[in-house]
Amino acid sequence: MAAEILVEGVCYQYPQSSEMALKDVNLRIKKGEFIAIIGPNGSGKSTLAKLFNGLFVPTKGRITVDGLDTRDKENIWKIRQKAGIVFQNPDNQIVATVVEEDVAFGPENLGVPPDEIRKRVDEALEIVELKEYAQKPPHLLSGGQKQRVAIAGIIAMRPDYIIMDEPTAMLDPVGRKEVISTVKRLNKEEGKTIVLITHFMEEAVEADKVIVMSEGRVVMEGTPREIFSKVGKLKAIGLDVPQVTELAHRLRGQGLAIREDVLTIDEMVECLCPLL
Amino acid sequence: MSIVVKNLTHIYMPGTPFESVALMDVNWIIEDGEFWGLIGHTGSGKSTLIQHLNGLLKPTSGEIIVDGVNINERGVNLREIRQKVGLVFQYPEHQLFEETVEKDVAFGPKNLGLPEDEVTERVREALDLVGLKYDEIKERSPFELSGGQMRRVAIAGVLAMRPKVLILDEPTVGLDPRGRDEILGQIVRLRERQNITVILVSHSMEDIAKIVDKIAVMHRGRMVESGTPKQVFKNREALASIGLDIPQVTHLMIKLKDKGKNVATDVFTVEEAEAEILRAARGMGHA
Repeated sequence: MAAEILVEGVCYQYPQSSEMALKDVNLRIKKGEFIAIIGPNGSGKSTLAKLFNGLFVPTKGRITVDGLDTRDKENIWKIRQKAGIVFQNPDNQIVATVVEEDVAFGPENLGVPPDEIRKRVDEALEIVELKEYAQKPPHLLSGGQKQRVAIAGIIAMRPDYIIMDEPTAMLDPVGRKEVISTVKRLNKEEGKTIVLITHFMEEAVEADKVIVMSEGRVVMEGTPREIFSKVGKLKAIGLDVPQVTELAHRLRGQGLAIREDVLTIDEMVECLCPLL
Repeated sequence: MSIVVKNLTHIYMPGTPFESVALMDVNWIIEDGEFWGLIGHTGSGKSTLIQHLNGLLKPTSGEIIVDGVNINERGVNLREIRQKVGLVFQYPEHQLFEETVEKDVAFGPKNLGLPEDEVTERVREALDLVGLKYDEIKERSPFELSGGQMRRVAIAGVLAMRPKVLILDEPTVGLDPRGRDEILGQIVRLRERQNITVILVSHSMEDIAKIVDKIAVMHRGRMVESGTPKQVFKNREALASIGLDIPQVTHLMIKLKDKGKNVATDVFTVEEAEAEILRAARGMGHA
């Protein structure tokens, strides 16, 4: 049985809608990868996220998580334990009045024995660096901290795959950095497979692979460097590239000898120094 | 219309164990027709501050003077102030409630008791200002629109009150890059057409630097910086220390300068950076 999420020929149509929200999507997400999905509003990103763990089932085609078909109702609890979702608004995801109780909510519902729950909660809070907040009421936490509590709640369920649907959209720059560094740690140190849906291109740059969606289809797939070097194509579907990448693109257009695939400020400094 | 904030302090729940100082001695002068960006982190006091500007919150001490009137004095008609100072909250689309776009945008002007044709005129104008076509959209349910369209309808609802000052709290949060550029572009055009005073609250320096005349920075309840983008971004260490980012291209220019390159550092947009680097490269015979 392959350790991967496999999306094969998936179409999805919302009830009462005349159009397909997803059109023949094919993807393979291998265990251990960090994947970013970008695309304009309405491109089908969030719909896809909800299909990964069986919140929605495909209208056509199929999705399997470690070989388990999401259409099979028998599989659904196993699948949800393997693949957890973190949503955009932390306030909608927190249910308890004390941080550690909130993190314990998931494993409690799985029927995990109490001392095992204790262990998992401590571990999860350690990973998101919120151990000292264990006894605090969540409403006193900042947005970034609350979102990390939500992530800890997912980690405590011990999923292999963590799907994040714009987890930083409602956060300020500090909160965003906190969440993204947590996401990177989950991937690099804890070996979790990450699927990060985002509007922030500087977050997508951190991934191993970027998938671009537009009008319900996967239109591009590649490393951040491959994807963001296609400035014109991304702009045409309504997406951005990092400022320095765009600058590199424009300067090339003016005849300066600069690489097309610049992603960071330091790379740009390196490219420009010989020319100035 | 001008707004003057004098020694404004606001304390939430004073005299209780939950007492917290949200604003501390804030002074701010917003001249008629200016376009301000208000920046700061969650919890820095931005939202508390803007809610004072139309009397939604009352100062613990200090004064808010709108168009020469101290709005917290007895006998001041706050309804009138709120008509002049329009406030668009975060996620304003959550406040849509009517069956059709037309009814939703008309709600405010109707409550002013205006005659029907005047209301229709204002609805048409307000939708036009946010780039929506009245005839195409008036009968639609606001709830079947896209996120960006819903937000524009909600903004139109405030514009239909014909405010003299428009305050927008994070108008682009949650939108994709195109939706964000559309909203920001419309705000710029709106200001050009109506010549109103605009205050844009944002987390994003890159968004703000492109379009505003002046920037005010809030940190822990105090206004720690205010001035033109050039003046404010000069203090990059101060901004970095409170966790605010300067635009990526500004950062780039500063790094080039640190390497001894002859480039200006007061550059905030990709276009400006392009021009400046080309100038420098031509000087070296490279372009």
